[in-house]
Amino acid sequence: MSELTAGRTSAVEKEAAKKKEWRPISYWPFIVPAMVVVLAVIIFPWAYTIWMSLHEWKVGSPPTFVGLANYLRLPTDARFVESVWHTLVYTALSVALPLILGTLAAVIFNTKFPLRGFFRGLFILPMMATPVAIALVWTMMFHPQLGILNYLLSMVGLPPSLWVFHPATAIPSLVLVETWQWTPLVMLIVLGGLTAIPSEPYESAQIDGATPWQTFRYISLPMIMPFLFIAAMIRMIDAVKSFDIIFAITQGGPGSASETINLYLYSVAFVYYDVGYASAIVVVFFALIIALAGALLHLRQRTHWNDAGGSA
Amino acid sequence: MRTLLHRIGLTFAILVIVSPAVLFFLWMFSLSIKFEIDNASYPPVFIPTRFNWGNYAAVIESKRFMTYFFNTLIVTGSATLFALLVGVPAGYGLARMRARKAAVVILIARITPGLSYLIPLFLLFQWLGLLGTLWPQILIHLVVTVPIVIWIMIGYFETTPMELEESAVIDGATRWQVFRHVALPIARPGIAVAFILSVIFSWNNFVFGIVLAGRETRTLPVAVYNMISFDQLSWGPLAAAALIVTFPVLLLTVFAQRQIVAGLTAGAVK
Repeated sequence: MSELTAGRTSAVEKEAAKKKEWRPISYWPFIVPAMVVVLAVIIFPWAYTIWMSLHEWKVGSPPTFVGLANYLRLPTDARFVESVWHTLVYTALSVALPLILGTLAAVIFNTKFPLRGFFRGLFILPMMATPVAIALVWTMMFHPQLGILNYLLSMVGLPPSLWVFHPATAIPSLVLVETWQWTPLVMLIVLGGLTAIPSEPYESAQIDGATPWQTFRYISLPMIMPFLFIAAMIRMIDAVKSFDIIFAITQGGPGSASETINLYLYSVAFVYYDVGYASAIVVVFFALIIALAGALLHLRQRTHWNDAGGSA
Repeated sequence: MRTLLHRIGLTFAILVIVSPAVLFFLWMFSLSIKFEIDNASYPPVFIPTRFNWGNYAAVIESKRFMTYFFNTLIVTGSATLFALLVGVPAGYGLARMRARKAAVVILIARITPGLSYLIPLFLLFQWLGLLGTLWPQILIHLVVTVPIVIWIMIGYFETTPMELEESAVIDGATRWQVFRHVALPIARPGIAVAFILSVIFSWNNFVFGIVLAGRETRTLPVAVYNMISFDQLSWGPLAAAALIVTFPVLLLTVFAQRQIVAGLTAGAVK
């Protein structure tokens, strides 16, 4: 600002300086409407949830204040504890698999080839498509007798699986859908990192006779570490609160074999209408997501990914 | 020779990585045009000898399909337009005030599971007597659309040059005039990105509908889900319905992939 006005008459300079001083206030009118909306649909629900979580409240009867009783009920609720474990397993797998496959895909998309934009468009279809519609077709594909997946298994000589219809394979099968759906997002983020790497290190590596694996391991990988971290973070947040796919394919079943916290929360809130207890689950659920995010941050600092990644 | 081998390897690799997506949607299409006898045969029939386009006709002519279609249009359209109306100026203001920290609210909105908003807002809508209309869904979709628009617009306005705006201010334009006549025209590509992503995520939303929608106010994703549980057990019409619901999004993704990629990686890759 001061460089721009330098050289003009001092009056203009003074006026400009005055404007600069008032800037913070003058932009408020642009923000106020959005603030009202955010207050109504984001802040209010949060405040109300915390208030509700301190009450014994079933829809239809008046709320009574019970303090932290709803929270104390959580560790003794076997179904809740089980849902936490399901969520952690589901999340760990749904972060790791797309991260590996997405990085691989990004390395391929980082090369130049004809119709690259078109292929990238096809590649990201799974994550943009309507999740319920996708879930419906996966349910048909998982069908033990008529499903195409068991046919494909038989083609390569493997025994058929019960997929989402057996407690032991329900979560892995859902992770397969989740991986299919979200690998593209990891690919896009990592691709963003790969395209930002200058070409000099690659050129000198080629002169030194490095193999493609060595080039990836010692040049690309350290440089894309910050991007992998971001991808892992986003993937973790989305996997923890995954709902549509699980709800539409298994409803948390068979039994409660694939019931994650989000699915249990749905039952407590909108099947049993126990809104006080459901609100306590929401608060603990949010705290868990924050804790997982904190753990990821801690992991990043401990491994010094940033140092290895240089200036990112 | 080496380059030829390299090229063949690359082609193979590209086919392998896009095939899970492409084959899935081809199979979805195959399911949707087959008669029940072909859908229930083992080994599976990939390309049927007889096409049954009647599956699509059955879905479109079915009771209330048009109602559900227009419900989706109204909810997605209103939530997106309203989000642009409040979100574009907000993105501009926050970018110019360099108030990136204020965006932490948006981050919280991104982290919070959608179900958490449903409990308090459901009670609020019940109290206001709005259940049974489309209003609850339009309002709750703002939870999705407003943060997307603000997030993308902050990122976009931060990259647009300040010089033009500075000189307009010196020429005596008001803040509003600067926004309306200088900043907004430059930001058109950013608004397009925000619009596309907001439409897709609102169109795809399922969780708000299953709680807030009644028989007359369902959106298409909810209607499709209800088809599985109540009306339909045959695969042909189900697959046809699923494809109809997601087809507009698939089309938009292929044609606007550049904008979508830019929008999704905004904030992440920076």
